[in-house]
Amino acid sequence: MFLENRLAIVGVVMLALIFGFCFLGPFLYHTDQIHVNLANENLSPGAGRPLGTDVNGYDVLGRLMVGGQISLEVGLAAAVLATFLGTLWGAVAGYFGGVVDAVMMRLVDALLSIPTLFLALVVVSMFPPTETELILVIALTSWLTTSRLIRGEALSLRVRDYVQAMRVMGGSSARAVFRHIAPNAVGTIVVNATFQVADAILTVVALSYLGLGIRPPQTDWGGMLNSGLQSIYDGYWWQIFPAGVSIILVVIAINFIGDALRDSFEVRLQRR
Amino acid sequence: MIGFLIRRLLQAAVVVLLVTMITFILLRAIPGNVAVAVLGPSSYRNPQVLAAFDREYGFDRPWFDQYFLWLGHLLQGNLGFSWTLDQSVSSLLGTHLPKTIWLVGVSVALALVVAVPIGVWQAVRRNGPVDYTFTSLSFLFYAAPTFFVGTVLILVFSVKLHIFGPEGPQGGLVDDITDWRDLTLPVVTLALVTIALFSRYTRSAVMDNLSEDYVRTARAKGASGRRVLWRHVLRNSLIPIATLLGLSLPGILSGALITESVFNYPGMGYLFFKAAEQQDYPTELGFIIVVAIATVVGSLLADIAYAVLDPRVRYTRLWPSTWLPKTSCQPGSPPPQGSRPARPGACSHAAWKCSSRTGSRSSAWSCSR
Repeated sequence: MFLENRLAIVGVVMLALIFGFCFLGPFLYHTDQIHVNLANENLSPGAGRPLGTDVNGYDVLGRLMVGGQISLEVGLAAAVLATFLGTLWGAVAGYFGGVVDAVMMRLVDALLSIPTLFLALVVVSMFPPTETELILVIALTSWLTTSRLIRGEALSLRVRDYVQAMRVMGGSSARAVFRHIAPNAVGTIVVNATFQVADAILTVVALSYLGLGIRPPQTDWGGMLNSGLQSIYDGYWWQIFPAGVSIILVVIAINFIGDALRDSFEVRLQRR
Repeated sequence: MIGFLIRRLLQAAVVVLLVTMITFILLRAIPGNVAVAVLGPSSYRNPQVLAAFDREYGFDRPWFDQYFLWLGHLLQGNLGFSWTLDQSVSSLLGTHLPKTIWLVGVSVALALVVAVPIGVWQAVRRNGPVDYTFTSLSFLFYAAPTFFVGTVLILVFSVKLHIFGPEGPQGGLVDDITDWRDLTLPVVTLALVTIALFSRYTRSAVMDNLSEDYVRTARAKGASGRRVLWRHVLRNSLIPIATLLGLSLPGILSGALITESVFNYPGMGYLFFKAAEQQDYPTELGFIIVVAIATVVGSLLADIAYAVLDPRVRYTRLWPSTWLPKTSCQPGSPPPQGSRPARPGACSHAAWKCSSRTGSRSSAWSCSR
């Protein structure tokens, strides 16, 4: 089912290649990504440096690998955390219904009415983030759509016979939520989680681009674009395109996979 | 209908109230002491000055007192005071908000004008070269971060070709309207991702509608394919787009923030970004409230538009449990398994659950041939 979809295979292969490039690449291609070397700044691509160097003299190809690690790690971790939180929240709200549901969902509505980037920027400006904190910030600002979707599922799942039967036999609410509602919504959860990864990567990249994400000497693809933009008028294209193209490839690959998963789970979902 | 409107308005009011609470919690969560932040680190030497500041601005009162004080200020239109810029937040809004509204308005208008015809064209020529080309393009622009698109546009059209300016218009609102040369790139940057999204939705809405019975009826009665497409199908397909427009507002505003900082366009998003950089919390939080209210109003209008445009929608619940109007399905009842609703989204959120990318039923009738 899933593998019959050609685009899905393309997406998986692309993603595997990118992961290999970022996480295995540095073992084969050694570069110094910590010490600034101003003697080598802004060199164009040539022998020994396939993608040139950036404004601080870092090798761009090596930096693409190291930066990619952070973008991918933060994106994945934030998406997993957000999915967990959103599933729990939505399942509880949908299962209990009534006042609990109304209160919990109104809170989601309120948070959802503040655009993610604005909310994340406020938090990040108050607490300059490390990688872990960045994951937390993005997860805490992006679990909302998931919770809404899962709540919808929970509303229909809670009246199913097997849930009712379990309740009659004396099962607890926690059991209903964790053993029946959440597992039966797994299609929605998985598909939504996939798109969450793409969105989280775009958010972390946007924060770093704005200079409020990962701090130097660490960087991610957004940070690389940010420093590339400083010298845009000098025509240093190799400082802009590698990171930008990498972001696009990752997000496209994830979208391919998500679409294929959605088709194979037959889930109809919102995008954003 | 009236009942729905009243419920929906009340709901919006509750949400806005919650937003003020969240904002207030954020305000309280700021590390350090406001008085020290405003008066400078050396003010630690003068505790009585700090105490005077706290008394003056109400920081010595209990938190709920502060909340109501702050809420009272809000209701009077007092959004706070930016000590960094030495201006009230509302005066900052007065100068910067119109620019953002103009930027967003022009780009959304452009996006609609471009995206709807593209979507219709794709649906009519589905699975042909036209469809595949635009599908690929929309995947591309959907995945491309706004700032990368903006950067590439600057590199190509400004640095290399010298056609458009690299920065947005820097003057007042009049400058924005007359200086189209500088305005073009920011508007296009912001519009591209919206076009990618909207054309996908138009495409699937048109495809779903093309397979409806009323299309066959109209054809049987002798209406031309063209007439059916533009008079019947397009009208019905625009309904989800109206909803989508309201619900895309948060995303578009986030895009505007990035676009404005790429192009140094002095709108609200740029100011917000600068405020975040300089940890100018009153400005940030004042703007958050305004943005949130704009979003709430946007989705409210989207709901109303949906109700007005689509008479098939019925409102049955006393307290609608989601933002969007409920249709005739009873919440809590399981959706029909294995079968699609008669209409895209008939059992659920209107625009969200329409088949966005997966295409449509195979029996769909193509009206172009």
